Amino acid sequence: MFFSKKKFRLASMIACGILASALFTGCGGGDSAGGGEQKAAGDEIVIGANFELTGNHAQYGANANNGLKLAVKEINDAGGVNGKKIKIVEADSKSEAAESVNAATKLISDDKVVALVGPAVTANVIAESQVATDNMIPIIAPAATNPDVTVENGKVKPYVFRACFIDPQQSEVMAQFARKDLMANTAVLYLDSSSDYSKSLGKIFKERFEADGGTVVMEEAFLAKDQDFKAALTKIQTANADVIFVPAYYEEVGKIIKQARELGITAAILGTDGWDDSKVIDIAGKDALNNTFFCTHYFEGDAEVQPFIKAYKAEYNTDPNVFAALGYDAGKMLVNAIDKAGNDSKKIRDNIEAITDLQVGTGKITMDPSTHNPIKGIVVIETKDGVRELRTKIAPISPEAQERNEAEQ
Amino acid sequence: MDFAHQLVQQLINGVSLGSIYALIALGYTMIYGIIKLINFAHGDVYMVGAYIGFAAITIGHLSIFPALLLSMAITAVLGMLVERIAYKPLRHAPRISLLITAIGVSFFLEYTSMYFVTPTPRTFPEVMPNISFNLGGFIINGQQLLILSITIVLMAILTYIVQKTKLGKAMRAASFDTETAQLMGVDSDKVISMTFCIGSALAAAAGVLVGVYYNTIDPLMGIMPGLKAFVAAVLGGIGILPGAVVGGIVLGVVEALVAGFLSSTFRDAAAFAILILVLLIKPGGLFGKNTNEKV
Repeated sequence: MFFSKKKFRLASMIACGILASALFTGCGGGDSAGGGEQKAAGDEIVIGANFELTGNHAQYGANANNGLKLAVKEINDAGGVNGKKIKIVEADSKSEAAESVNAATKLISDDKVVALVGPAVTANVIAESQVATDNMIPIIAPAATNPDVTVENGKVKPYVFRACFIDPQQSEVMAQFARKDLMANTAVLYLDSSSDYSKSLGKIFKERFEADGGTVVMEEAFLAKDQDFKAALTKIQTANADVIFVPAYYEEVGKIIKQARELGITAAILGTDGWDDSKVIDIAGKDALNNTFFCTHYFEGDAEVQPFIKAYKAEYNTDPNVFAALGYDAGKMLVNAIDKAGNDSKKIRDNIEAITDLQVGTGKITMDPSTHNPIKGIVVIETKDGVRELRTKIAPISPEAQERNEAEQ
Repeated sequence: MDFAHQLVQQLINGVSLGSIYALIALGYTMIYGIIKLINFAHGDVYMVGAYIGFAAITIGHLSIFPALLLSMAITAVLGMLVERIAYKPLRHAPRISLLITAIGVSFFLEYTSMYFVTPTPRTFPEVMPNISFNLGGFIINGQQLLILSITIVLMAILTYIVQKTKLGKAMRAASFDTETAQLMGVDSDKVISMTFCIGSALAAAAGVLVGVYYNTIDPLMGIMPGLKAFVAAVLGGIGILPGAVVGGIVLGVVEALVAGFLSSTFRDAAAFAILILVLLIKPGGLFGKNTNEKV
């Protein structure tokens, strides 16, 4: 009996080992199979996708990765760039800054990628940017909106670019929208205290809203992955503010809106691009979403976005969310840069910096060489009975105007 | 809204949140009671249960109660399998090995599920009417009342099984001394297997109900509720069924009051401070007796 137990223990350990290894190879997908090979000179250009495929931010990383894959698939189906196919090697940043550095290092030194896309979340991009800079490999961060991603000590990081607008723009747009369009005098901030994204948006919103004559009367916080928000919402209700600003991601936002309306909070609820996922409507329900507004990168009803949405639906059989769209944009930008540069990372960098009026999934973008932020418009979207409507569209700010803004600050 | 009004509303919020902790804590505490294992994978079994319920509703087009029962049945088998494969071979190993294995099982369930169902959260379709009652200005949610009553009913059934049935007697005997129980003709392995079966079925029930109430499920949804349920179980006295329910509700109320009257940032700190305080002052928990373990 003891013998069989011992044997069984051994057997189960082996079984676990086999299962685990099967799992890990599975996660990497078919693309990593050839990862160890040297870059096949001549017929392939290898780029790295460093995304959060597991861990807390996996849903954002996985969507951005899907967007990137679609952009690359499109160009390969169309014959590649100058007759060469682009190959993506994936690596998992596991939603952690340290792992993001490991993944970037592996992609650069083992897989010899010519450029990197990702990760999705700000902290993970900032972590990898040093490795990429040291190795002179350009990065395009699809969705990292924190200003520090591309700028360090007031100087632009030469090899780091992004495909999205930056946080101060979002908060300023929403603060002005609250003051001017909604005539709000008082606001409550309800922030995700586990996210730098949420906290920095809250801070800038407060500065701008108060500079314009409004008052922030209460600040409350929650944590990502929370399920129940009623305690804090009951407290927020007592403040009786005109608007509630919730710069956070859609999963929590959906629940916050649902529970706020259940408690009888009727005030306008405002947010940022983290809201941009059609799942918000499923989670919160149509009625709860009336009188809510958020700003984002594109409006899904815009004519110029339709080809992307259609292609994404055909490929993945689901609607793209904002991470997927920005992953796709980043892919388009990189493909465009590679088109003229081939395998040369330095030239790819120069080409990304020089992007002008490039048509990507969410519109036309131009890269600002002084900040490495694309110059792109912002849209404010209102949800009415479960349907998203374009409320206002704020035109792209030219680099000169942006500089003036920065000088004022 | 005056202070008294807010206080009552916060108590309602707290009890409804606490009833969810209590539901998860029941399975936790039961497994601990029998084999003294803190089953860190319990929160992940709860997640798997939620996904099975989700599949039953969206793919199988079942209504909520058949889906709940199906999920409980399948998850019960999963619980037994986990016990058979991961824990049983370690029956005579030091307890720390079991604990570490439990953490391993937890990660295994999380990331295997993430591979198959993708990390994107899923939203439950509306399977139960969501009615909020407004009683003199206080808002009470119908689904929450349902969850609270299911928790209490399950607690009563479990207490009955453990205290009055032959299986319960065997469970208590095995919990007291596995080897002696075996000598007395109790099939300890079967008893432990049954415990995991029941504990996992409870977790599945919690998973489906929480999925329906909060509307979303994702592969990492079990981590935080699992930890909170652990705190609830320790607070009530780990291994004691009514203790788990009271512990869960007390924890929910404390969280709501801290968030409502101090600051929402301190909410989780308060929850885990309770854990530390209980372990310092009354390690047996609210309902526990202070007994020294026999050597």
